[in-house]
Amino acid sequence: MPAFVNQLPIGLSIGAVLLLIALGLTFTFGQMGVINMAHGSFIMAGAYTAYLIGDLLLALPAAFLVAGLMGLVLERAAIRHLYARPLDTLLLAWGVSLVLQQLARDLFGAPNVQVPAPAWLAGGIGILPYNRLFIMALAVAGVVAVWAYLTRTGLGRRTQAVVQNRRLAATSGIDTGRVDMLTFFIGSGLAGVAGVAVTLIGPVGPALGEVYIVDAFLVVVAGGLGQLRGAVLAAVGLGLLNSYAEFWSDASLAKVIVFAVIIAFLQIRPQGMFVLRSRVLT
Amino acid sequence: MRIPRPLVSAMLLLALTACGTDAESAAQSNEIKVGLLHSLSGTMAISEVTVRDAELLAIDEINKAGGVLGKKLVPVVEDGASDWPTFAEKATKLIRQDKVAAVFGGWTSASRKAMLPVFERHKALLWYPVQYEGLESSPYIFYTGATTNQQIIPGLDYLREQGKKRLFLVGSDYVFPRTANKIIKAYAAANGMEILGEEYTPLGHTEYSTLVNKVTQARPDAVFNTLNGDSNVAFFKQLKSAGATAESMPVLSVSIAEEEVTGIGVDNIAGHPVAWNYYQTTETPANEAFVQAYKAKYGQDKVTSDPMEAGYNAVYLWAEAVRKAGTTEVEAVRKAAPGIALERPEGLVTIDGENQHLYKTARIGVIQPDGLIKQVWDSGEPIKPDPYLKGYPWAAGLAGAK
Repeated sequence: MPAFVNQLPIGLSIGAVLLLIALGLTFTFGQMGVINMAHGSFIMAGAYTAYLIGDLLLALPAAFLVAGLMGLVLERAAIRHLYARPLDTLLLAWGVSLVLQQLARDLFGAPNVQVPAPAWLAGGIGILPYNRLFIMALAVAGVVAVWAYLTRTGLGRRTQAVVQNRRLAATSGIDTGRVDMLTFFIGSGLAGVAGVAVTLIGPVGPALGEVYIVDAFLVVVAGGLGQLRGAVLAAVGLGLLNSYAEFWSDASLAKVIVFAVIIAFLQIRPQGMFVLRSRVLT
Repeated sequence: MRIPRPLVSAMLLLALTACGTDAESAAQSNEIKVGLLHSLSGTMAISEVTVRDAELLAIDEINKAGGVLGKKLVPVVEDGASDWPTFAEKATKLIRQDKVAAVFGGWTSASRKAMLPVFERHKALLWYPVQYEGLESSPYIFYTGATTNQQIIPGLDYLREQGKKRLFLVGSDYVFPRTANKIIKAYAAANGMEILGEEYTPLGHTEYSTLVNKVTQARPDAVFNTLNGDSNVAFFKQLKSAGATAESMPVLSVSIAEEEVTGIGVDNIAGHPVAWNYYQTTETPANEAFVQAYKAKYGQDKVTSDPMEAGYNAVYLWAEAVRKAGTTEVEAVRKAAPGIALERPEGLVTIDGENQHLYKTARIGVIQPDGLIKQVWDSGEPIKPDPYLKGYPWAAGLAGAK
């Protein structure tokens, strides 16, 4: 197959990685507006959970719980007191991410650790290795689960109600504090799941979160805050753009091109691909 | 018995001042301060901390054997924090405030380039322990790692002997890989080898599927890898899952030593060759002692690597030069250093008088399933350092291209 045809599935698989690492952020940043710099640390927590458990499939729910509980504690202990002060939450979350990074360094050591890929993921179809297909499947499953949660469950609908109009939601009897807590739990948990997935393709070390945090924010911002379909489109679009830009130039230039396209795009549509019409945001 | 509190305080104070004066007078009479300047935090800490540990071990050993000129070495440790201006600032502090006799430090070329003017301005000594891209020879720096003709060119010789004539070059996007690849391309042109592609990725890059696609489409005999740090983990994982094996397409790396193998995952990298001057398995009496001492001090699970050994050697070579000069005064040490030859863990090393690099034996090793590296080829004898590649006609013009 010609190499440039190969780049199509490669682009989709890059998109799947982007989507997976950004999915949790669509909750904490997208839905709640918390500039969650600790997102990368939750990804790292997920990756280290995979390292400790050793089994990929068991690690997925475990990482969801571990990272989710960490997020829950962060939200209850600190962030909820700062909802009215977005810049302070940014600093707070960043500080927490530094603390968590150092904690990982003390617990697991500064060098990278190895998470062996399961034997059943060896091999692949065409240009795509099974581990990439696994990540794509995981991303699709994640999106479907999030979509079903937001639109098909009472809790999810309450989450949307709080995002769209917190005071009205509270007046209607929704416990907004509990919804915030749950949203943060799910968002952080999804970051943990992404952390397990990236152990298949990248390094696992204390600084792991830094590798992915910028990409995650790019996807959420380009897609439009709080918009699931925006995040999906942005992730796939950026994946394909990255894939072809790198194919026809090189990795450094591809990064420049991706950033340039995002900046240009945000000039035209500052609120991303899709805009959530809500009283809070407008 | 109840002692009145003011009396206790007074006694404590007295004890403290006594300690202070003791230490001060000792510093003047029988101590020599040396600076250790590595990144103990930030992205480079993973690698540089181990070099500092090896240097501390050397200082310990020298002190136990009676010190230098009858004086004990006292390390002053500073953190370069993976930030190049910080290296320059801390170097200045070590020279001017601590008045150290020599500094052992740096890892990245960027940190060395940042420190170079500081050492030249203050006429102070830096011992730099890591393989680098050559094309430099400061009168105030001693280079104890390999220059290009002791690592990259032997690596190419090895590939050529193995019949690998079509190469693909992969590297991180900064000075060392770009310079190394210039040399590789000139070598290839002169030796009938073919370069099928040359790709750079930003430092810290982790998405290698496109690059792996390019490499596998080009079907090279071998890949010459100058990627640095975490990128290697992602590159080897993704290369392996794309079905490339060490048998069909060996990847020769020049920045992966024993330390890095664990993080990459032995499964992903076993069987691939690397080029260095020293491995933990190198069979010399000095190495047996070094590995044993290092493990005894820092833990049985620790490994030793080339840059660590080069840092360890640097302290010994400097101490030898000081003994020969009879003083720690910089110009005298510089004059005494050329020709000093010591049996080190990597074998015999000799300080070259012309460029202050070392004669070193080049070694190609293959990564084993246990994570250690087994030597499969060596240059037979220590190679004269040639940072500007003057001895290689095909390299004419490269030195000017810096």
